[in-house]
Amino acid sequence: MSAPPAGTAQATWADVNNDVDRTLLSAGNTYFAWMTLVALILACGVAAWAWQIWVGLGVAGIRTPQMWALYITNFVFWIGIGHAGTLISAILYLFRAKWRTSIYRGAEAMTVFAVLTAGLFPLVHVGRMWFAYWLLPYPNQRYLWPNFKSPLIWDVFAISTYLTISVVFFIVGLVPDIAAIRDRSTGLKRKIYAVCALGWEGSDSQWRHYRRAYGLLAALATPLVLSVHSVVSFDFAMALVPGWHSSLFAPFFVDGAIFSGFAMVLILIIPMRAVFGWHAYITDRHLDAMAKLTLVTSLVLTYFYLCEAGTAWYSGEHYERASLFARAFKSYKYTFWLQYICNSLIPLVLFWRKARTNLVILYVVSIFVLIGMWLERFNIIVPGLGYDFYPYTWGLYLPRLVDSTITVASFAWFFLLFLGFIRVMPSLSIVEVKEVLPHPLKHGAHGGHH
Amino acid sequence: MATASVLGVFAHVDTTLQAIRDLRAKGFGDLTVYTPVPVEEIEEEVERVRPVSAVRFFTLVGGLTGTATGFFLTIWTSLKWELLTGGKAVVSIPPFVIIAFELTILFGGLASALAILVLGRLPKLRPSPTYDPRFTLDRFGVAVACAPDAVDSVSSVLSTAGAEEVRR
Repeated sequence: MSAPPAGTAQATWADVNNDVDRTLLSAGNTYFAWMTLVALILACGVAAWAWQIWVGLGVAGIRTPQMWALYITNFVFWIGIGHAGTLISAILYLFRAKWRTSIYRGAEAMTVFAVLTAGLFPLVHVGRMWFAYWLLPYPNQRYLWPNFKSPLIWDVFAISTYLTISVVFFIVGLVPDIAAIRDRSTGLKRKIYAVCALGWEGSDSQWRHYRRAYGLLAALATPLVLSVHSVVSFDFAMALVPGWHSSLFAPFFVDGAIFSGFAMVLILIIPMRAVFGWHAYITDRHLDAMAKLTLVTSLVLTYFYLCEAGTAWYSGEHYERASLFARAFKSYKYTFWLQYICNSLIPLVLFWRKARTNLVILYVVSIFVLIGMWLERFNIIVPGLGYDFYPYTWGLYLPRLVDSTITVASFAWFFLLFLGFIRVMPSLSIVEVKEVLPHPLKHGAHGGHH
Repeated sequence: MATASVLGVFAHVDTTLQAIRDLRAKGFGDLTVYTPVPVEEIEEEVERVRPVSAVRFFTLVGGLTGTATGFFLTIWTSLKWELLTGGKAVVSIPPFVIIAFELTILFGGLASALAILVLGRLPKLRPSPTYDPRFTLDRFGVAVACAPDAVDSVSSVLSTAGAEEVRR
């Protein structure tokens, strides 16, 4: 894909500082209305969780055979959302794709908050979440250690590493920007930003270590992000359940994760651009590039869908075929076919150039992609467990009030974190956006130096 | 002995670069260059006389510590309670590779972040005397540490190179 130029020719370095400072002023009523709304939804979720702890996991419809239901669907969905952020912030950084600079901060914030959202679901799912620390290796009197041969323990390590490294990478990127905010604020605000900026001054000795470390962190985050959803897929693929036990699962999960993440990035940056007036930084070329990446990941996903069905059919394996048949034509047939419509058919509209820069179409497609990707995880987990080897153990699960409320509340929790972030921290990278602008030259004003 | 310091404030990359070269040519090598963003040309010029940043050693040591920890933790704890699970040997390397991989990334990443703090001397509790808030906006700074009797000649080098402002 050809990287469009930053398209920010008119802005000067000082404009960038101003345009970011502007977003950190006191927020209006609309902002507080949104915050109130998401906080109320979140409160409903907390109440539902409290009820579930009081009564037991049965209120969430969790019973055999579907011991994993909406919670694990949400867990896999939210971890997946995070992947696009790391792809934009680390992988495209290594590729020196300049168009990423104006969207990467928002995408990275999305990653951190999505992983924080995902991390709640194993806690909600285990029921007695105060024993969740049993998953961690810690010295204890009985010499009991986690079973390191279990994919669920791999997952604990993968997710906690991913969360830690994403947070570190995010904070490291923020430090010079917070220093820029610090230098242009006063009073208490200045003191708070001064603490967060760690006394950053942008001296040569600071930059040289910073740049090295940033590059190395990006290089470490790249294999990490690919490994995380692979490990999540092992939670399924290492089991013998028909429809799950497939070597296709790791790349299939990673691609789907990035696909859904791009949709979420679009859902976040389109309103951000409008509200903050960042049209000079996030141009139509950026949206076009994002839309193309969404289209590519959609096509790759379609290929995996065909492989999945083709493998089940061509294997001649009775249970694989039966599992696919059950998913396509039994109780969950509507979610099955809707998944293909959302993930494989609707994104095809992005082949059309005008759709890639039309905000309404882009937004609607992104919402369908999120629905489709959520359904994909649902269709792997719920019908997969519902129709396994032995008809005697088959079962039907339908979402209940408690788990549905917690699912909706997870979106509220995510948006609460994100809305909170964009008013207190620079959600456009001041330093990186300046870097791709033409550098100020006295002699030979030939624009950018790259 | 360097006791005085002179700061030149620049508005352009090329004038800043000129000042660094001129100062070096005149034998003033104790420079601190402030830039709002990392600029490759300035970095190259400054780095020319310096060894490569040691961050990579932090990353390497951190990463290798992670690998070793991952294998040690999994193997040692498995031997502590020899229970056969999943039809695999007690010490079963392939699944342990995943733990070792994740810890390699975790420790390597944390060590890299630590390197920024240790090598970059952060957090910095007091601002440097030569620091100016414009250096996070759109101005470049070249601070020269020199002997008190060289202040005049340093100032003139900075002005000639194109400094907007020279502060002693």
